[in-house]
Amino acid sequence: MRTALGWALRGALLGGLAFLVFGPLANLALWAVATRWYYPHKLPVTWGFKYWNEVFKPTSDAFAALGTSLLIASITVVVCLLLAIPAGYALGRTRLPGHRIVLLILLLPQAFPNLAVYFNIARLFYTVGLNGTIAGVVLVHALHGLVIAVWIAAAAFAAIDADLELAARNLGASALRAALTVTLPLATPGLMASAIFVFLESLDEFTGTFFVGVPEVTTLPLVMFTASLAGNYQIAAITALVLLVPSLGFMLLIERFLKAETLARIG
Amino acid sequence: MSDQRPTLVLLVAPALTMVLGLFVYPLALSLVSAFTARDGQPSLDNFVKAFELYGADIVFTLVIVSVSTVLIGVLAAAIGGYLTLGAHPAAVAVLRALYRWPLFVPFIVAAQCMRTFLAKNGIMNNVLDTLGFVDVANLSGLLDWRGIIITFVWKETPFVALLVSGAMAALDRATIEAAANLGAGGLRILIDIVLPQVAGVMLVGLVLAFVTMLSVLSVPIMLSGGSPTMITVDMAFRVNSYSDYGVANALGFISYAMAGMAAWVYLRRSVAGAEAR
Repeated sequence: MRTALGWALRGALLGGLAFLVFGPLANLALWAVATRWYYPHKLPVTWGFKYWNEVFKPTSDAFAALGTSLLIASITVVVCLLLAIPAGYALGRTRLPGHRIVLLILLLPQAFPNLAVYFNIARLFYTVGLNGTIAGVVLVHALHGLVIAVWIAAAAFAAIDADLELAARNLGASALRAALTVTLPLATPGLMASAIFVFLESLDEFTGTFFVGVPEVTTLPLVMFTASLAGNYQIAAITALVLLVPSLGFMLLIERFLKAETLARIG
Repeated sequence: MSDQRPTLVLLVAPALTMVLGLFVYPLALSLVSAFTARDGQPSLDNFVKAFELYGADIVFTLVIVSVSTVLIGVLAAAIGGYLTLGAHPAAVAVLRALYRWPLFVPFIVAAQCMRTFLAKNGIMNNVLDTLGFVDVANLSGLLDWRGIIITFVWKETPFVALLVSGAMAALDRATIEAAANLGAGGLRILIDIVLPQVAGVMLVGLVLAFVTMLSVLSVPIMLSGGSPTMITVDMAFRVNSYSDYGVANALGFISYAMAGMAAWVYLRRSVAGAEAR
């Protein structure tokens, strides 16, 4: 009798949690395939993919924004990794003089609410002509992704046995060659995770783009935001799904790339 | 090693330059601007104006973010605790598969999900109505301060729960089993034995969640249009509508101050942790 009651309670709690986790996602998915839906109808009145054509036709704002978003995210990954790989190597493999202060500075963007910094960046960019340009948005996204990218890279390099590199040095390889041909390939899974993370962060970034990019550079999150505030819930839901699917995929795959302890270090 | 120093400094220099130039410098500008009047003289005018115009919003922001942080902490402890101590493998497996879904969902997408889910005619009201708990006709939806808190908790709990459950899994099981043998119940073990040992990790997770929530712009705009609202919305408004960087930066300074104490704790712990490894 007690076990039955226990399972009923567990079932109710887990069921409630499932409802709260998936309910909002389900509501979004329903709006993506609803063509008309209004009170008091509990489900969409008419269904269909009419709005998908609107979003994905090559002349639409959303489709152009998707292209801009993918371009910005790709460049951001390159910029971020170029900065994060050397820094992560230095921090993960060696004892730098001033190790502590370097870490402290690199962690700063995570420790301050960044919205106020973003509009001051926008003000600076305005004076040098970077406001409203792809390059300006990439810089802001790279700043946003850099902390995590360095952190993951440092963890990935720290996990590699330093003796492997020493063996290569003993066989006559230069320091650079040993780092590039021995350590770097071994760190690839961690760096891949870092790259995917930076890509997604850039794809999803809203606040920085809102201040630095608008109105010249429009990314997908901005299209979603505008559509939502204008009451175009179908457009908002479809663009939100485009942003959501890669994020959920990353959540499901991340364990293959990163051990929980590395993931914990992200925090 | 000393001959490697210049090379190593070169390796971190680009990343450091980026953070110094694009974060520390604008941060310093924002501080100067907050304490400078329109005529260029140092003054507290911006703060007087910020408190006059947005005093209620400042309190509102602090309450929303604090309440959300407490709820996230309680839920993360409960989830981590059940994953670590739960006696039923099937229930543990279901919970493990469930709680993480919102982890990487962007705030703006979470906001759009909740904007429809919590609306008068959203799935939440409609399901409760169908089950007979409420009547939708009498409800107005939760699109106000409650919606903001629900969205924050929904989005940030998985992150803190992931950190906390990871730390819990790494604990020495012997003390837990000893307490269980002495007859302590699950809740007692969680509160008296497990939580004190993961308090540091919990703190770091909650501080990061707190700071993150303080700089989210999309959620307050999309979940609650009216007044009072969060100061992130006020900052965007001062900048975009009036180009009033003084008051916006004063509000920014207030948000730094809210995060400041918490952030200091986090930075010290992170640096200590990185040095330990």
